[in-house]
Amino acid sequence: MTSTVDTPADTPKAATPSGLVAVARAPGWVRYALLALGLAAAAWLPNGLYPAVAVDILCWALFAVAVDLLLGFTGLMSFGHAAFWGTSAYVTGLVAIHAGLPFPLAVLAGALAAAVLAVPIGYLAVKRTGIYFAMVTLAFAQMVYYVANEWRSVTQGENGLQGVPRELFGWDLTDDYYFYYAILPIVLLGLAAAWRIVHSPFGRVLVGIRDNPARARALGYPVHRYKLTAFVLSGFIAGLGGGLFAVGHRFVSLDVLHWTTSGKAVIVVVLGGIGTLWGGVLGAGIVVRLEDWLSFSGFEAIGLVTGGIFVLVVVLFRRGIWGSASALARRLAARRR
Amino acid sequence: MSGFAQNTFNGLVSGAFYALLALGLAVIFGMLRVVNFAHGAFYMLGAFGAYVLLTEAGVPFWAALVIMPVGLGLLGMALERAVIHRLTRLDPLYNFLLTFGLTLILQDLVKLRYGVQSSPYATPSLLSGTVNFGLFDFPTYRVFILGFAVLLCVAVWWVLTRTRIGMVVRAATERPDLTRAFGIDVGRWVTPVFGFGIGLAGLAGVLAAPMRAVNPLMGADLIIVVFAVVVIGGLGSIFGSVAAGFGIGLVQAWGEAYLSNFPIVSQTIVFIVMAVVLLWRPAGLFGREEAPA
Repeated sequence: MTSTVDTPADTPKAATPSGLVAVARAPGWVRYALLALGLAAAAWLPNGLYPAVAVDILCWALFAVAVDLLLGFTGLMSFGHAAFWGTSAYVTGLVAIHAGLPFPLAVLAGALAAAVLAVPIGYLAVKRTGIYFAMVTLAFAQMVYYVANEWRSVTQGENGLQGVPRELFGWDLTDDYYFYYAILPIVLLGLAAAWRIVHSPFGRVLVGIRDNPARARALGYPVHRYKLTAFVLSGFIAGLGGGLFAVGHRFVSLDVLHWTTSGKAVIVVVLGGIGTLWGGVLGAGIVVRLEDWLSFSGFEAIGLVTGGIFVLVVVLFRRGIWGSASALARRLAARRR
Repeated sequence: MSGFAQNTFNGLVSGAFYALLALGLAVIFGMLRVVNFAHGAFYMLGAFGAYVLLTEAGVPFWAALVIMPVGLGLLGMALERAVIHRLTRLDPLYNFLLTFGLTLILQDLVKLRYGVQSSPYATPSLLSGTVNFGLFDFPTYRVFILGFAVLLCVAVWWVLTRTRIGMVVRAATERPDLTRAFGIDVGRWVTPVFGFGIGLAGLAGVLAAPMRAVNPLMGADLIIVVFAVVVIGGLGSIFGSVAAGFGIGLVQAWGEAYLSNFPIVSQTIVFIVMAVVLLWRPAGLFGREEAPA
């Protein structure tokens, strides 16, 4: 496939050298300072924003990190991750409504369902690479959308699942402010898991496959199986986000499975910086906040703005926020030497 | 028997739309290595343009059938020069993202101006009514679409295989560097080919206007099915894309007719076929094997 062979520099797989590598090379105190800053920001967030928006940002942060795990670290652009986000949202909603379990268990069930769905879709999709992978995942996500649309007895079709409860040992979580702190540990766990995956030997093999699949195969790595594993893990993390999103909104609609949701997840990652992991978290914060502001100010054509961001970022700002910042930091450090 | 013939005929008609869109996608992909997500949006613009021309300027269908493809083709060429061109040296995924963004913008621009409700477009009087070929009464307009689309595909095939321009395009598609080494200016043909592909999408849109609901979202869902079609046919193969387009139209129509008790299956049959093809021939029915990844 040409995308892996004859494209010169600047592929999406490599905002080379990736921002994450730059952070890892940074002196220890910089890393700990950034971590502390990030945690402090997460702890403060619902005090500075509408708590409901802060909750959305957390969910989308997980979604973005899941997409970046594939796009940035495995070289696979999934344009159909709404399938996993949305499936988990529906399963979480159904489990929470009918079984009355504490919401973290419902979310876990949703994420597991997303991971199970990721097995067949991933198995078929990893047979193709590059742009075909994007088209195949997009098509399968659309298939899931149609199934949800037709299977009205379960999904309630256009009406959506209403009244998803926020049950947790009888605590009152109706206030979004408290709900935010209830889900924060789960989100941090998910983000830490993504970080751990990327920095494990397994993650290094994924990056090897991204950069040179032929060599990885020659070294004896079962490339398809590695890609599939990454796909399923990514589906699980996206599912965590989608499940929390369902409980957060207490409502699941077909929108969670729509192709625009998949596309939004990709642009959040590109805006934050492909292959930077935490860039996606930043991108999620910006896009969710911006969309909330737009809909609050009564602007109807949100697609005009998200589409505009897409075009501008892709044409002018391919490294994304995190990628640009770490490139800048690197240049400053080089000058000092 | 006549029921079967009718389903088959309707399948071929909807397949004609898939084929025209897949043909444009394949030609553009061959020359530019760009998968144009906005293809569906241009199809929608073709239909909407025809509607606006008729209602606001009284321009009839036949004129729109020329004006819209040419106008959109020129718009496409301008777009290629302005932005897409800058990204063709990068990974194709960037242009996929770019055209996705353009899709959102074009859709919302139309939505802002005309709302989301569907607008009716009258069938041109010359083509209203039915024709009887013995089995049942065929709506004249659908017969026209099918004939027109087949004619167009044959014409494109003729241009690609029998003319010098076509030879350059095919050579540039298969071995761009080698073609350049022979002293052929490949870059000169890139913009016109992109415009041509967009023009085909616009043409399909105008053809669809009298038959399908004209609304800002009509292209978006369609383009995803067309993506499945080109994955099935093999995007590198122009013939494969067209054949898969008609084939999927047929399968869908039969599925809707004979599997109507299983709406989930009949609604998703395209994607089921795609899954089977990926299992059986991952490169597509008519595609060549990719370099091992």
